[in-house]
Amino acid sequence: MGKLTFSAIPIDNPIIMSAVVCAILIAIWIGHEITKRKRWSWLWNEWLTSLDHKKIGIMYVVLAIVMLVRGFFDAILMRLQQAMAEGSSHGFLPPGHFDQIFSAHGTIMILFAAMPFLVGLMNIAIPLQIGARDVAFPFLNSVSLWLTASAAMLVMVSLGVGDFSKAGWSGYAPLSELGFSPDVGVDYWTWALQIAGIGSLLSGINFLVTILRMRAPGMTLMRMPIFVWATFFTNMLMLAAFPVLTAALAMLSLDRYLGMHFFTADHGGNPMLYVNLFWIWGHPEVYIVILPAFGIFSEVVATFSSKRIFGYESLVYATGAITVLSFAVWLHHFFTMGAGADVNAAFGIATMLIAIPTGVKIFNWLFTMYRGRVRFASPMYWTLGFLTTFAIGGMTGVLLSLPPADFVLHNSLFLVAHFHNMLIPGALFGYFAGFSYWFPKATGFMLDEKWGKRAFWCWICGFYLAFMPLYVLGFLGMPRRMEHYANPAWQPWLILAAFGTLLIFFGILFQGIQIATSLGPKRRAADPDPWDGRTLEWATSSPPPSYNFAVLPEVKDRDAFLEMKRAGIHSPTRYEDIEIPKGSAKGAFIGASSFACGFGLVWHIWWLAAMAALLILLIVISRSMEEETMTILPSGEVKRIEEAGHVL
Amino acid sequence: MNRLLKTFPIAVLLSGCESAPLLDPAGPIGKSELHLILISFALMLIVVIPVTFMAFWFPRKFSASDPKGKYEPEWSRSSSIEFVVWLVPAIIVAALATISWRATHRLDPFRPIPGNPVRIEAVSLDWKWLFIYPDLGIATIDRLVIPVNVPVSFRLTSASVMTSFFIPSLGSQVYAMGGMQTRLHLLAQREGEFTGQNQQYSGRGYADMHFRVEAVSADRYAKWAEQVSRSGVKLDDARYAEIEKPGISYPVREFSGVEPGLFGKIVKGK
Repeated sequence: MGKLTFSAIPIDNPIIMSAVVCAILIAIWIGHEITKRKRWSWLWNEWLTSLDHKKIGIMYVVLAIVMLVRGFFDAILMRLQQAMAEGSSHGFLPPGHFDQIFSAHGTIMILFAAMPFLVGLMNIAIPLQIGARDVAFPFLNSVSLWLTASAAMLVMVSLGVGDFSKAGWSGYAPLSELGFSPDVGVDYWTWALQIAGIGSLLSGINFLVTILRMRAPGMTLMRMPIFVWATFFTNMLMLAAFPVLTAALAMLSLDRYLGMHFFTADHGGNPMLYVNLFWIWGHPEVYIVILPAFGIFSEVVATFSSKRIFGYESLVYATGAITVLSFAVWLHHFFTMGAGADVNAAFGIATMLIAIPTGVKIFNWLFTMYRGRVRFASPMYWTLGFLTTFAIGGMTGVLLSLPPADFVLHNSLFLVAHFHNMLIPGALFGYFAGFSYWFPKATGFMLDEKWGKRAFWCWICGFYLAFMPLYVLGFLGMPRRMEHYANPAWQPWLILAAFGTLLIFFGILFQGIQIATSLGPKRRAADPDPWDGRTLEWATSSPPPSYNFAVLPEVKDRDAFLEMKRAGIHSPTRYEDIEIPKGSAKGAFIGASSFACGFGLVWHIWWLAAMAALLILLIVISRSMEEETMTILPSGEVKRIEEAGHVL
Repeated sequence: MNRLLKTFPIAVLLSGCESAPLLDPAGPIGKSELHLILISFALMLIVVIPVTFMAFWFPRKFSASDPKGKYEPEWSRSSSIEFVVWLVPAIIVAALATISWRATHRLDPFRPIPGNPVRIEAVSLDWKWLFIYPDLGIATIDRLVIPVNVPVSFRLTSASVMTSFFIPSLGSQVYAMGGMQTRLHLLAQREGEFTGQNQQYSGRGYADMHFRVEAVSADRYAKWAEQVSRSGVKLDDARYAEIEKPGISYPVREFSGVEPGLFGKIVKGK
């Protein structure tokens, strides 16, 4: 069994063990409920093996929410620890555990909460918005989902079997090298990132081809909704950036497994190379998670202002400019490494340049509301919360782009406050806006507004309370990632921040209640077009039939559906046979094998890793041999579904 | 935004009692950096204040339930507005870029401060700092004594992982990396005790990897050096091997002698 023994299970650690027991109990309860309701075959046939982009999208979002909650509990533990651990008190976490928690928090939030959330929303909305019946490669889509899910599972398993990485989410070498991190933590982190990274790369290819090749007739590039543009650029970033991460982690693994010296400080290795490679992926990754949210804000602000988006071309060019510039700024993550003044200044200025297109976008959203009719539904709450909060994060970001300012603020809590100020309003609020905006479309039920707005107020107040003190702490000289500290002046601010986290906890709780009420017995069915929408996803029923559109729409305007509504919608006179992809379990099997392969590699169980890798290869070959991957939905059936009002 | 403005004055108040080292720098480097932060902060407010104002005002003015402005659902472009929204941020960034270019060159940590400096070689170890004074032939662990109004010229390296050497009261941090040497130049203008710290997470003992910095008069500095050099404990190979071992909350130590060229050997991977 390689390095794996029973001592890998941390029985002596009550915090971890109670988390593990909780997770197991929840899993047993869910399994029990499914068995009681005899839903296993439904779950397997209708969901887990589905190649329908809408269902895959929903599964991505479910995964993202589960991981968001996990990552948030890490955040609560960190804030509590720091609120307590002043002076001689070392807090309540056992030694080394805090280091695992912040490493897991960053990894989970970026790779397993933000990424699945945005890919899920893309899955739900993109084919509908471009008037397509599915994505370009439906099976590949399922593979991406299951790779992401199995990588997330690997991170979850590290909680109960062995350790997670203690080298930070960015895993800086040489700390992440074998000499300084001999346990399996870094390997869990590496293989989880590798598997998820391949999933993301495949998604990137899939959506890029989908957007370029599958748009409805008449939808020229400059008629695409802004969210489609944002997704287009995001997927270009995924395609260009993820291979760099894959290569960097592969070299790190060669160091760790085969004793090579790519990133060691001795024997000719160079840790600076790792840091550069990590951020060549890491900085575009920031825009991978933020650009789709910007796209969502653009959709939401136009719909809920009942007005055309202001400055469409500007928004497109601004997004393109951000995409290009995002590859030219990675060095600002380490101005303090000692590059010369010319290099630092050049990368600093490149970073500032990004503020221009970003600023333009904010003005475009503001002027979309101008002379509009603003409706305050919950997607708009998240958007306005973003608009009023993001500017602060932008400002502190430009501040950090000045190398001499970074020399004093680098790696401080000011930096932590800054990037949370970008990612919480900029990315997460965007996903929440998209979640509440498309929830009726994806599920067929309206999302409860009352609990949604309560959740919003908890989130926004909690955000300010949790992160504004961290800005102050940066000026008080507090570094990030401190398990305990000796300076009593820091403690009051950390206690304030802990209360902020508590408020956010209520925000998440209210969102849980919101989802439960919206899907529970008192649920309210959604109209096809509940928000008076402007784009094509609202032209079909809620939820849409498996084929999305009985007749592919003809696009004559940027706001394609609005134009159709004005011209008058007529039911089609005749229906055609529609080809839709058959379900396939092979995606789920590839995911499961990847998990086994990753687990085998982490624990040096070579036979398991080799067998799993072979199995993946065999599944891929057998899938390539399959000829009947599509099924025909006859026109009569289409007619029946359409006339029954699209109920699945 | 409002909260931010509320919290900052509080931070400024705190600066009086030396708990906000970045707002109350004890040397010219830190002062210039604070100055730069304040100037660019003010410049950015030119955009951020109107944005925040509009973000509150527009939705209220054009609220569907109680609109106070006209409704033009097709109005989606205005060359003059677009011109302004590209131009104003561009001008501000151009101004900031100019400021940044100059400041980055002036405040480059590798750039010497004019004057005859005190030379110090700092070695980052798990999890403590070794300071070698090559001109005095003495060394300390986790205690840095420097004379006021004399430039201090640091050479930094690491005998372990990557760390960041930072004295918040004096300004500018720089990484210490194994097999390499980085430079940092600082100057203390007032006497006092400050905290120095590792600002880059480096494993288990990271939270305890801070040290005391004492900026003292030239007299006291000379006396201290004299005292240390008479204490009789030399940093020889055996002692270095001992302090190189990972250890948390290592005690402050002083060494009366140090093997010449030790720093260079550590850089080469002793």
